[in-house]
Amino acid sequence: MLAFIGRSFIQKIVTLFFVSVISFLIIHLAPGEPSQIDPMNPKFTPEMVERFRAAFHLDEPLYVQYLYFYKDLFTGKTFSWKDNRPVLGKIWERFLNSLSLFIVGTILTWTLSFPIGIRSAINRGHAFDRSTTFLAYLLISIPGFFFAYLLIISVVSYFHVPVIGMVTFGLEGSSAIRSVMDRVWHLFIPSVLGATGGVAVLSRYVRSQMLEVEGQDYVRTAKAKGLPNDQVYYKHALRNALLPFVTMFGMILPGLIGGSVIIESIFAWPGMGRMAYEAILARDYPVILTVNFFSAVLVLAGTFISDLLYTVVDPRIKL
Amino acid sequence: MTATLNNLETEHPPRTPFQESWRLLRKNKLALCGLAIFLLFAVTALMGFFLTSGPNPIFNPATIRLEEKLRQPLSLPKVDELHEEDLPRLGIYLFGTDDLGRDVFARMLQGAWVSLTVGFVAVGIAIIIGVFLGGVAGYFGHKRVRVDQIGAIVLLFLGPVLISTGHQFYGILLIAAILGHLKFAKRIYRPLISNPSNWLSLPFKETILVDTVVMRFVDIMLCFPSFFLILTVVALLPASIYNIMIIIGLTSWMGATRFVRAEFLSLRELDFVTAAKALGISDWRIIFRHMLPNAIAPVLVSATIGIASAILTEAGLSFLGFGVPPPHATWGNILSNGKRFIFDAPWLTFIPGFFILIVVLSFNLFGEGLRDILNPKLRERH
Repeated sequence: MLAFIGRSFIQKIVTLFFVSVISFLIIHLAPGEPSQIDPMNPKFTPEMVERFRAAFHLDEPLYVQYLYFYKDLFTGKTFSWKDNRPVLGKIWERFLNSLSLFIVGTILTWTLSFPIGIRSAINRGHAFDRSTTFLAYLLISIPGFFFAYLLIISVVSYFHVPVIGMVTFGLEGSSAIRSVMDRVWHLFIPSVLGATGGVAVLSRYVRSQMLEVEGQDYVRTAKAKGLPNDQVYYKHALRNALLPFVTMFGMILPGLIGGSVIIESIFAWPGMGRMAYEAILARDYPVILTVNFFSAVLVLAGTFISDLLYTVVDPRIKL
Repeated sequence: MTATLNNLETEHPPRTPFQESWRLLRKNKLALCGLAIFLLFAVTALMGFFLTSGPNPIFNPATIRLEEKLRQPLSLPKVDELHEEDLPRLGIYLFGTDDLGRDVFARMLQGAWVSLTVGFVAVGIAIIIGVFLGGVAGYFGHKRVRVDQIGAIVLLFLGPVLISTGHQFYGILLIAAILGHLKFAKRIYRPLISNPSNWLSLPFKETILVDTVVMRFVDIMLCFPSFFLILTVVALLPASIYNIMIIIGLTSWMGATRFVRAEFLSLRELDFVTAAKALGISDWRIIFRHMLPNAIAPVLVSATIGIASAILTEAGLSFLGFGVPPPHATWGNILSNGKRFIFDAPWLTFIPGFFILIVVLSFNLFGEGLRDILNPKLRERH
């Protein structure tokens, strides 16, 4: 076990190193420079550009820039080129905003997809199964931004709630219950959007897992013993079908930082995705690279956690 | 058993694999629907390309009619206010007009071609890379990479760089030299390799498993948040539809690599591969001619679903304002332009959104159907 942890830790560090090199190269080898982003600005004199280039080590060779950047990152001294604020503080602030979206979306996904998937596996081929199958494909295929507008139109015209941003503008002085409701509305719609794709994919996966387990001998034995259906499905089948999903808990970790660029920009939600989008537009390299680095860390941590969880839930697996 | 007897009695030839697949496909109504819609879409996109391109297109998606802003679908043009050549070709605004009075029908036709080519080119690139790397990892996986091969591969990337910076001759020369080296190095330097104490054999030291190299590379690529990576690269490169296709392709080959590798690992142990090797058939011929056709089923399925997600990604990028430069229409940027008029002119949002949904849905349904059809386990069960 310890050997596995050590080995995979070293492996992940090596992977992370290559990720950092590749992302650095992609950003710096692309044509165009951050100092050229706003050539029409009268304050942007050639001397200013020179000073910027010197201040951010842009004149050094690439590998020196690389070392500078990651040294700054690990000592927490990276600054955004756009507004000169510390990148980590900026990310943390946006991260908290994204976190609420992420939590509500994840809860929706995991609480909805299991009942749907189990029910359609039990009623395989019946009306419920066929309609949820079609609905799942529909939700996977619908472009997120189109669905967002459908939701916005319906919410605005039926409930008269504007759902753009985190709070309704001009509602600061109103009663506590009103502003809480307002927050919930603004949180709910983007989370529903974030969850739709997840519900569709996960419920299909639950269904196929349940179907696979249902074909096993022990389920047939349980049925032959004359156990009630509920007990067969929820005690014998479901427990074994759940196995792969424990590991999927690790996989949701990267969603924490990825956020959704499109959903956050439609709803003007000041989260991670939108910050990354704005950083890309402004060629704010430190922010782009830091977000990229942290999301790689989360992906690696996620796979690590799911490997560990696998050994916890399935004693047959030894690492 | 009875089936074979019947076949013998009536002397029907047994069904070919293709006929069997077609029979299963016809039973799967949703997949058949998906295939039909996809064919319809492909024909429309092809026609759209010819009808909307050229100096004097039949449907001109760029004609601006400021008198005819935001007309509803199926509304008739005001014939007396427009020039003869500005009238919509069908005599009616089938899908309405946008905020500049451009015919949305013509723009949708133009955009269909973009969606189709993005889907196919991006997935084509991803499949080529995936099959190649997956095949190498699956077939040569147990071998070790030599030091000189690592150097050669690194130099091989330099070739296209040289070509793109204007030194075509040296680039091609370099690539040819490296390919020659990779092919013949072992034969030429055989005495060196056989004597490990000789320091000249250092470049031929075996280092790391081929499989490890390929799969670690897959792991590295999977660490990047894909939409964010695509967005970054697209934003940094000059706006062009070809860049988008290439980038979507270059960031989505990992699934195909894993599938092909897994298939190859089990195929490698089978008798027909051993027989082919015994006959002295070259490795690459075994990979592409003998093993690949047996491993193609999961690749085909993931390609079909990959097309759907590439179309969605392109639409998302156009929606965010990246991608094809403005006068050219794509379904994503029609929707993106229309979002400002969502309450006044909802058709500008609904028409492109609905068409993206239908096309992506058809690819997904057909892909899932294909998965069932090509799955031998499911063949027996039904």
